[in-house]
Amino acid sequence: MADWPILSLVTFMPLVGVVFLLMIRSSGPAADENARLVAIWTSGFTFIVSLLLLFGFDSSQSGYQFEEFATWIEGTGINYHMGVDGLSMPFILLSTFLTPFAILASWKAITNRVREYMIAFLVLETMMIGMFASLDMLMFYLFFEGVLIPMFLIIGVWGGPRRVYAAFKFFLYTLAGSVLMLVCMLTMYAMAGTTDIPQLAAFSFAPSLQTWLFLGFFASFAVKVPMWPVHTWLPDAHVEAPTAGSMILAGVLLKMGGYGFLRFSLPMFPDASAYFAPYIFGLSVIAVIYTSLVALAQSDMKKLIAYSSVAHMGFVTIGIFSLNEQGVAGAMFQMISHGLVSAALFFCVGVVYDRLHTRDIDAYGGVADSMPRYAAWFMLMMMASVGLPGTSGFVGEMLVLVGAWQAASWVAVFAATGLILGAAYMLWLYRRVVFGRAVKRSVIDMPRLEGRETFIFVPLTILVIWFGVYPSSLLDVMAVSITDLLAQMEFGAQTASALK
Amino acid sequence: MYHAIVFLPLLGALLAGYFSLSHRHAASAAVAIGGVVGSLLLSIIAFFDVAVGGNAQTVDIARWIVSGDFDASWALRYDTLTAVMLIVVTGVSSCVHIYSVGYMHHDPARGRFMAYLSLFTFAMLMLVTADNLVQLFFGWEGVGVASYLLIGFWYHKESAHTAAMKAFVVNRVGDFGFALGILAVFALFGTVQFDEIFKLAPAMADTQVMFLGFSVPALELVSILLFIGAMGKSAQLGLHTWLPDAMEGPTPVSALIHAATMVTAGVFMVCRLSPVIEYAPVALDIITIVGALTAIFAATVGMTQFDIKRVIAYSTCSQLGYMFFAAGVSAYPAAMFHLTTHAFFKALLFLGAGSVIHALSDEQDLRKMGGIWRQVPVTYAMMWIGSLALAGFPFFAGFYSKDMILEAAFAAHTGVGQLAFWLGCAAALLTAFYSWRLLIMAFHGTPRASADVMSHVHESPKVMLLPLVPLALGAIFAGFVGYEMFVGHDYQQFWGDAIFILPEHQAMENAHHVPKWVKLLPIFLAASGVALAYLAYSMMPSIPGKVVSLFKPVHNFFFNKWYFDELYDAIFVKPSVKIGALLWQRGDKATIDGFGPDGITAMVLRISQSASRLQSGYVYHYAFAMMIGIVVLLSWYFSGFGGN
Repeated sequence: MADWPILSLVTFMPLVGVVFLLMIRSSGPAADENARLVAIWTSGFTFIVSLLLLFGFDSSQSGYQFEEFATWIEGTGINYHMGVDGLSMPFILLSTFLTPFAILASWKAITNRVREYMIAFLVLETMMIGMFASLDMLMFYLFFEGVLIPMFLIIGVWGGPRRVYAAFKFFLYTLAGSVLMLVCMLTMYAMAGTTDIPQLAAFSFAPSLQTWLFLGFFASFAVKVPMWPVHTWLPDAHVEAPTAGSMILAGVLLKMGGYGFLRFSLPMFPDASAYFAPYIFGLSVIAVIYTSLVALAQSDMKKLIAYSSVAHMGFVTIGIFSLNEQGVAGAMFQMISHGLVSAALFFCVGVVYDRLHTRDIDAYGGVADSMPRYAAWFMLMMMASVGLPGTSGFVGEMLVLVGAWQAASWVAVFAATGLILGAAYMLWLYRRVVFGRAVKRSVIDMPRLEGRETFIFVPLTILVIWFGVYPSSLLDVMAVSITDLLAQMEFGAQTASALK
Repeated sequence: MYHAIVFLPLLGALLAGYFSLSHRHAASAAVAIGGVVGSLLLSIIAFFDVAVGGNAQTVDIARWIVSGDFDASWALRYDTLTAVMLIVVTGVSSCVHIYSVGYMHHDPARGRFMAYLSLFTFAMLMLVTADNLVQLFFGWEGVGVASYLLIGFWYHKESAHTAAMKAFVVNRVGDFGFALGILAVFALFGTVQFDEIFKLAPAMADTQVMFLGFSVPALELVSILLFIGAMGKSAQLGLHTWLPDAMEGPTPVSALIHAATMVTAGVFMVCRLSPVIEYAPVALDIITIVGALTAIFAATVGMTQFDIKRVIAYSTCSQLGYMFFAAGVSAYPAAMFHLTTHAFFKALLFLGAGSVIHALSDEQDLRKMGGIWRQVPVTYAMMWIGSLALAGFPFFAGFYSKDMILEAAFAAHTGVGQLAFWLGCAAALLTAFYSWRLLIMAFHGTPRASADVMSHVHESPKVMLLPLVPLALGAIFAGFVGYEMFVGHDYQQFWGDAIFILPEHQAMENAHHVPKWVKLLPIFLAASGVALAYLAYSMMPSIPGKVVSLFKPVHNFFFNKWYFDELYDAIFVKPSVKIGALLWQRGDKATIDGFGPDGITAMVLRISQSASRLQSGYVYHYAFAMMIGIVVLLSWYFSGFGGN
């Protein structure tokens, strides 16, 4: 089994589904149903295969596992190189886990161009997995940018009324950042003569150059996270995206920025990372407080949760740039947890949106009367979002704060205000939507959860609680990679200072 | 066995929740009660093993959050402090569970109610058995959520879910302090585990740490941050505003959570952390002052309220103040003693009040009660016992514990101790006054309820009266029985290592040797309070009106709860939403988007319109913007980096 190219298999398996989908020629409800089935089977099978990665992964081992290597362009140092470590493996599983549920969530909501929609989703899945599995900078870049295209289409074609504006805003922001990153990548290639990520991580760039390279990558990753003040694409993109699009966008795409910081910025530019950390703390703290306050003022459910995502991702950047074990582990954990919780929350919005076709909070009220079990799932996810101990949301926030306090206590103090504000906006949202007496006819008549919807909630809930009660199952997977990363930074910083 | 104490209620909660899905309410009630009563029986065994037998122990369960040096794992810690809390929590919880079967009899969601009650009990047990600060925080937040769910249980009521949210958010303000306290502890000690912290604390007494750019004594910082958490949970002055509103929940909830157990978590935490707080004199003074002020503040408000449950809620707030200032003068055993006796008589008062409310067809306004004592004799008797215990009449439970606190405060021989003593005495007078005001208004005089309501007045069913009996016994005998054990001369033997008091803090010893008048004053004040209440509300009913009109501003100030709610609304609540809207409109939309994507789009549109004239073709705006961007960047790259 060890000789199998499992990573490539997982990465490109969704494309097999795409081939099948392309062969569907007819149209009509039967063909749509076929397209849905092909997509769900493909993504489901991909998930099962990706579990091989989980079971085969040796978390006590340093370095990359399941490595695959092939020369791509002879004599250039550009290769087909894949592999995973404790930092990327959780994200691959997150992607393969969420995609089938996202497809299931759009089972009834998408009735128009179903085949194309499913193709977009499967391509998106390949791109996401590929990005996390790449160990070559060029491959990484291709996948990283490649993610944009299907997501752009999903928002732009199947989105809400202002979808075109939102899609282009999304595209503009992320591409503007990527261009700077590309320039930096070219520079790095020119300096190091290779695009191999492990080799680049071992290469010492001069401190002055590090500053520029760091900023270039930062432009791209900060947009993806997104950090304040380049976050304004996110609420628009979420509001217009279909439910499943939001689930993947919040669940996986936002994590590309955080992952990028860990894979590139920290190991390759350790000096610059340490130098810029206080600035990033500043931006992150602003993100936490600013977007929490903005979330309080929202009357659109999806926008509120989108803004809450920005606040939660603020914790992630704080954790990463604490540059200590708890901070980085907390950031990683927060990303995985947020991937599950925010996907579930967007799905919560989607469930009622499918029934009433509005995201306006005031249109609801008293949903608990017509959909009592939905109220329970929503409650649980809300509590996970506000970081209740015993849910996955707590572990990440706690570790990030522990890391932040050690780096600089003021960061932890300001970031912790997010505990209060987060509770305020989430509970207020919940209260306005779910509590009260259902008086509106439309709300009273809302049908209860169907089996398909429950089927999506159950596994998400199980994971959220499992990671909350026994987070070691995830923390242990990452621990060695994080220790190595920090040790490498230390070493890199020493070499760089020797170069001065 | 030590696992089962904590996890039986959880099992009960899960099963009760499961049964409630299919509306099997009897099954829900049975499993919930079974779980809690089972836990109570085991707790009694544990009490004799751990507290009486001195056999403290820790039971490891599993790894929890472990990252680098940070290690917070699941473990159950059983020492005397825990054992005492176990009895209080499972004891009151069992009574409340049984009482709820009767009280919630008509509620269509009573199965869910039982599940929540058991869930609360589980979280509270996790809190008191926590072996490290993070697990304490788990229980802390867990009881917070259960409280939120139960206050908002009647979610149709606007006032109920508003109160639920308020409780959660105000508690979060306290949790903010608690969380920072945990971080400070870890940064200082390198561990969050209690035993290790306590071992290291003496050596840290003079350590200074940098906090927000200031150099501050490390243990003071830690203690004060953690105390902020305690203030939130125990509704101390400043963070108390949620507790009276929490009375929107069903009455059994008020008895269990907002009188006997959850609100005392703050007191428990301060006692648990005594090995650290003892080395933080400033923090101790702050705790004393906050406690004393809360005691008097809540009493002044309590005597003006008309909602029967709110009167008792303010009374709870006030009694918690007593416990805190006892802890503040290093009389932790006295604080724990009062916590225990208070749990009995306050739960009794609440359940009794619930019985009154039940009898009067859900009427809570004292002005619409009166003249019912003959119809509800058992309830009436129970309320008398509860009030006598609360006011501290000789040989009732409160007499022993409250007097011990006042004596300890006096015997501390410090400025803040004296302040606490005198404020505590004043509050004792008011306590007796509002207790008898409540008794007289609720049971005596001419009936003020409508004839229809009066015709339905009836004594509660047995299932609601029986649980009152053990509580009443506790309210009568707990003080007498527990005195020697908790605060007698050999108190150190009972508490073992669970509570630590520096040798130079002598309040506990000296409390036994105070002048006679210190011992007698509280009794005299309590008797005066009762006399005043009879005078004003029974003999000369015109007095209250006259006093109110005479001291209008003062009365308004008290009646409106010192205007805390209005103040917070004006300072925090309204501005946050306004600032949020402002940041959104002015920040995100006008500034960031205005100069960012929207601005660029508009600019590109203008440029491309002129460009399209040159090229005489349609130029796609965004693509053009991208191209310009790439060209500029590439030229910058080739020119700028040449030098490097």
